[in-house]
Amino acid sequence: MSSTFAPSAPTASAPDPRKLTTKHRVSDRIFRAVVTAFSFSALIILALIGIFLLTKGLSAFKEQGLHFFTSSTWSVTQDANGKDVNHFGLAAMLLGTVLIAAVALFIAVPLSVLTALFLTFYAPERIRTLLVSVVDLMAAFPSILYGLWGFFILGPMAEYWAKLINKYLGWIPFLSVPQPSFTRSPFIAGIVLAVMIVPIITSVSREVFSQTPLDRVQAAYALGASKWGMIKAVVLPFGSSGIVGGAMLGLGRAFGETVAVYSVLNIVFRPNWHILFTQGGNVASMIIGQWGEAGKAEISALLAAGLVLFVLTLLVNFAADFVVNRAVKSGR
Amino acid sequence: MSNSQSTQVQPIRPWAASTSDRAITGASVLVSALLTYILVATTPLKGKLAYFFVFFLIWFIIDSILISRRYGSKGVRDALAAKVTLFGGVIVMLAVASILWATISKGVKGLHLSLFTQTMRTTSFTDPFSNGGMLHSIIGTLYLILIAVLISVPMGILTAIYLTEIKGRAAGLIRFLVQAMSGVPSVVAGLFIYAAIILNTPLRNSAFLGGLALTILMVPTVTRTAEEVLNLVPRDLREAGLAMGATQWKTVALVVLPAARSGLITATVLGVARVAGETAPLLFTVGVFDAINPNPFKGGSGTIPTYIWAGLTAGTSDSVQRAWTAILVLLMVVLILFTLARTLGNKRMKAK
Repeated sequence: MSSTFAPSAPTASAPDPRKLTTKHRVSDRIFRAVVTAFSFSALIILALIGIFLLTKGLSAFKEQGLHFFTSSTWSVTQDANGKDVNHFGLAAMLLGTVLIAAVALFIAVPLSVLTALFLTFYAPERIRTLLVSVVDLMAAFPSILYGLWGFFILGPMAEYWAKLINKYLGWIPFLSVPQPSFTRSPFIAGIVLAVMIVPIITSVSREVFSQTPLDRVQAAYALGASKWGMIKAVVLPFGSSGIVGGAMLGLGRAFGETVAVYSVLNIVFRPNWHILFTQGGNVASMIIGQWGEAGKAEISALLAAGLVLFVLTLLVNFAADFVVNRAVKSGR
Repeated sequence: MSNSQSTQVQPIRPWAASTSDRAITGASVLVSALLTYILVATTPLKGKLAYFFVFFLIWFIIDSILISRRYGSKGVRDALAAKVTLFGGVIVMLAVASILWATISKGVKGLHLSLFTQTMRTTSFTDPFSNGGMLHSIIGTLYLILIAVLISVPMGILTAIYLTEIKGRAAGLIRFLVQAMSGVPSVVAGLFIYAAIILNTPLRNSAFLGGLALTILMVPTVTRTAEEVLNLVPRDLREAGLAMGATQWKTVALVVLPAARSGLITATVLGVARVAGETAPLLFTVGVFDAINPNPFKGGSGTIPTYIWAGLTAGTSDSVQRAWTAILVLLMVVLILFTLARTLGNKRMKAK
C-alpha cells in the first residue's frame, strides 16, 4: 500500500504542453462559412428582385421611353391593321401615390406623436402596457381587414367629413372638387393608410422618446419646468429626428400598400389633384387591378411599374434607416 | 419612547392629487359631458364623433379655466398638453375599436359549422352564405405558412447568428439590408416570384410559390426578433461554453440556441402573424382553386386572404358576408398567434 505513495521515478518524457492557437478548428470554420453565406441572403434576395423585375420589365421601358413616367394613358388598343398599340404611362398613378401618402402622413404623424408622448410620459403603467399591445396588434392586422373596414365602415363616414371640409374650405384649390362626388377619393384612401401607418410611427417615436437622457430630463425639472415644459425643451428637440425617421418608414409603407388602397380607391388613369374628388391613382393597387386581363406586353409594363415601386420604397427606407440610426446613436 | 413615536414621519405625497383636485376633475368631466349632450342635441351637429370632439373641446375649456385660477397660464399649458396627448391616444383606440367591432359584429352572422368542413367546390360565392365553406382555404393557408416557415426560419435565425455571434465585418451592412427588406412592398414580392419563376421555369401557380413570396416578407421579421432575443442571452453562458473547451459551433448549438429557444419561437410566431393575412402576393403566385388541393407544388390553391378577396370583389351581399366571416376567422388566428408570442416573450423576460 505504502509503496504506491512513493514518488515514482521521473518518466522519460513529460507530456507535451498543449498547443495554443487562435486558429479556428475545422468545425468552426465550416460553421462560420455556412452562417456567413446565409447572412447574405438579404442582399441576394434584394438584388434578385431588382434584376428580375428589370429584365422582365425592360421591354416596356424600351417601348415607352420617358413616356412611362410622363404620360397618364394606360391602354392596349389595336390599330387598323390589327396590330397592338400600347400606351403605358405611370404619371397619374405616381401623382396619386404621392398624394395619398401625403394625406396619410398629414393625419398619422401628429396622431402618432401625441400617442407616443401619451404612452411614454402620461399613461399610468397598467394602461400603458395595454395600449402598447394594442398598437403592436394594429401593426399585425392584415391589410385586407383595413380594406374591408375602409370600404364599408369608414367610407360613408369619411364621405360626410369630405363634404364638410369641401363646404367650408373648398376655396383652397386642392380641396375643391370638379363635380360634387366624394366617394372612394384619395382622401378616404389616405385616412385608411393613416390608420395603417400609425403603429410604425408610434413605435419608432416611442423608442426615441424613451431614450431621452435622464440627466437632461431631471435638469429641466430641477429648473422648475412643468411636464409639458420639459417635453418641449428636452424630449421634442432630442426626438425630432426619430419622428422624422418614423414618418419616413411610414411613408415607405404607404407607398407600397396595395389591397387596402385598392378596396377604397376609385382608380382612374387621369391626373387628379383634388384629394376630395372620387378619382385617384396608386401604383401598387393599379398593378393588381390591371393584372387580371393583362396580355404579355402589359405584364411587362406592370413588372416595370413594380420595379419603380420597389426602387421608390427602397430609397425611402434607406433614408429612413439613416435618420433613425443617427437619432438612436446620438442618445448614447 | 413616546417621544420617538410622536415624531414618526408619515410619508406624504405632495404631488398626488388631493380629494378636492379629484372632485374638481370629476365635476369638470361631468359638466362637459352634460354640455356636450345639450349642444349636440340642440344644434345641427350629429353623430358619435361629434359627441367625441365637442366633449374634448368643452372639457379643454372648462378645465383650463379651473386650472388657470389655481396655477396660472403655465399650469394651463401643462394640463392642456396632457389632455391633447390623451386625445391623440383615444383617437387611435377609437379606430382600433371600430375595426374590431365591425369585424366581430358583421362576421359573427356568417359563422356556422360547415364553414370549417366544406369547400366552395359546388358553391358559387354569390350563393346564400350558409352553403359551402372555407376548409380548402384554411388548408391552403396552412400549406403556405408551413412552406414559408420551413424556409424563412432557418434563414432568419442563421442571419441573426451572424449578427450576434460572428459579428463579422459585414454585420452593419446586413442589418441595414434586412431593415430595407422589411420595407419591400408585398405586391413587389409577388411580382418578383412571378417574374423570376413563372416566366422562366415550367413551374406554375402553386402553394409552393406563394410560400416563397411570403418568405421574402417573413425573413426580416424573424431576423430582427431573433437578433434581439440572441442579444439577451448572457455573455457568461457563451464564455462558459468556450472555457469548457467547446468550439464556437458547439457553444452556439448546445448553449446559446437552447437558452433562447422560447424567444426564437416568438420570432417565428411574429413572422407568421406578419404574413398570414398577406393578400397581394398570393394573387400573382397561388392562383385560385375552389377545392382542396393536396399537392402544394402543382395547381392553384385556396387561401383565406384570396377567399376574402373573392368575396369582396364579387360584391353581392352574400359574398361580402362570406368575406366578413372569413376575415373574422383570420383575425382570430392572428390574435391567437399574437397572444402566444406575447406570453412566450413575457415568460422569457420573467425567467431572466
